[in-house]
Amino acid sequence: MNKERNIAGKIYIAVIFVILYAPIAVMIFFSFNSSNSMSEFSGFSFRWYNELFHNKDAGQALLNSLILAVSSSIISTVLGTAAALGIHSMRSKRIKKVIMNVTNLPLMNPDIVTGVSMMLLFAFVAGLLHSLHMFGFWTLLIAHVTFNMPYVILNVMPKLKQMDKSLPEAAMDLGCTPFKAFTKVEFFEILPGIASGLLMAFTLSLDDFVISYFVTGESFQTLPVFIYSMTKKRVVPYINALFAIIFVVIFILLLVRNFMSKENKHAAK
Amino acid sequence: MENTLLRLENISVRFDGEPILNNIDLDIKDKEFVTLLGPSGCGKTTTLRIIGGFVTPDSGSVYFNGKLMNDVPAYRRPVNTIFQKYALFPHLNVYENVAFGLRIRKRSEKEIRETVNEMLSIVNLNGFNKRSVTSLSGGQQQRVAIARALAVSPKLLLLDEPLGALDLKLRKDMQVELKNIQQRMGITFIYVTHDQEEALSMSDTVVVMDNGNIQQIGTPLDIYNEPKNAFVADFIGESNILDGVMREDYCVSFAGHTFKCLDKGFGVNEPVDVVVRPEDLDVVPKEQGMLVGEVTSVTFKGVHFEIIVDIRGFKWMIQTTDYYPVGSTIGLTMTPDDIHIMKKSEYSGKFGDYSSYSDEIDELSENKEAEE
Repeated sequence: MNKERNIAGKIYIAVIFVILYAPIAVMIFFSFNSSNSMSEFSGFSFRWYNELFHNKDAGQALLNSLILAVSSSIISTVLGTAAALGIHSMRSKRIKKVIMNVTNLPLMNPDIVTGVSMMLLFAFVAGLLHSLHMFGFWTLLIAHVTFNMPYVILNVMPKLKQMDKSLPEAAMDLGCTPFKAFTKVEFFEILPGIASGLLMAFTLSLDDFVISYFVTGESFQTLPVFIYSMTKKRVVPYINALFAIIFVVIFILLLVRNFMSKENKHAAK
Repeated sequence: MENTLLRLENISVRFDGEPILNNIDLDIKDKEFVTLLGPSGCGKTTTLRIIGGFVTPDSGSVYFNGKLMNDVPAYRRPVNTIFQKYALFPHLNVYENVAFGLRIRKRSEKEIRETVNEMLSIVNLNGFNKRSVTSLSGGQQQRVAIARALAVSPKLLLLDEPLGALDLKLRKDMQVELKNIQQRMGITFIYVTHDQEEALSMSDTVVVMDNGNIQQIGTPLDIYNEPKNAFVADFIGESNILDGVMREDYCVSFAGHTFKCLDKGFGVNEPVDVVVRPEDLDVVPKEQGMLVGEVTSVTFKGVHFEIIVDIRGFKWMIQTTDYYPVGSTIGLTMTPDDIHIMKKSEYSGKFGDYSSYSDEIDELSENKEAEE
């Protein structure tokens, strides 16, 4: 009976994984197709990868996405960590709760609402400044930092709560100014939270389409926006190759994160 | 008042409107071992944090060597703290933990090495330099915390229930060791504890606190033998505390009899609290007893028996090495020296009657304190 249930469970899990990963597997498979058919595999080749790397626009979009992801994740990590520290040190529990809810709200907010409202705001400011070419890197950066920051706060806060609050006091007791106490002691305590916040911000920024779509401009296209504009014309098989690469990169990032949290648990022992 | 190292003047603190400390005055001499003793919530830890610079008093002043310290931040005070949970830095090894304060002070690498090794040998942790602090036992972590604080050569060391997390045997050893370190290094210690035995055995001066007030300041002997009120008498050791009336100097009535005593200076027929310690009472055959009563409970404590005797409705506690069965009638005697008279206080009538006495209740409340 137990054994039967075991087997049934395994089959169930297998089916779920097939459903989850079959599309990706098919996509990766066809990225190695030698013809441009999406239904017939006519032979193994790196043709589409080759074409992808020679396509200037795709390369530029990828580079743009990376620049945006790196800069927005670093900025939001710095700001978010600072915000978490401030919220953590608040005396009044009530105000703390209110602030936490305010920071959490954007997480619940549908992307489309955030995107459209951001666009309206930027358009309004552009109108005030009489500059019509405002949309581009800077609007994207502001938008990405905005939606990333709550995730960083959410990752850093638990680490601050877990930390023995006499640790920064001990540092000050031994002669550290409050700022030094942070850089010499507190920082190392909450580092795992900061790191996972950074990683999350990076992947979210890389991944984002909806918000980026509304605040982007001609001058600066991110990869998801570029791909979307491409699909409007004709699906070119080299996007399969592109997706395959993105999937592998995200997969590696995920492995790194898991590895890091394992290390953490180890260190905690 | 020569060589006063630290002076607290009129310190008051409130948290969220709750008074925590009420007009505390305290002088601490150089090289003294002072213990702040009291139940949880009495304000002893807050007092320590005020001295350390982690709590700003609402009113009052802190003087260190005669200099006002109120606005000096924690990191500029010549004072170091041993925290309750040690507060070692987990990302640094033993050596770097001890070196922490020296590095902040930008000492040379050679000086740091010498000081750290010296401190580690003082706390008996030679050879632990490279160990991670998370791999150490509680007692070892405690030693690292002590070495870390001593390394920056403070004038004054604050210890916040430092032995609270250790088991009994280790605690006794560490008590002796701490006392040795204090004497050898000539540092003033302010020690916070709720363990009266610890306070009596280690301190030069004990400050008994309750409810944000200092109840009594004195040597351990003074505190034990001449408690100022029922709270102190009850908190330090066991006490039978009875209502009495001072007939005249050296003469007091309680428990239905009049006794000679060594106290004077009270008004004629002034109501007082009378303290008799359980170990001072002698058990005699009932015919010879000053007081006669019936044994209602006996508990074996190892060194002695703890006997509860009902004398005219008041339950006395007696510690004796002889066994008397429950239900037997015994006599008690005491000498004038055994009787201590206290003025009536807000604590009168709240302590010192063993009628509700049970080991179980006592243990429960002790555990609760330990958790806090």
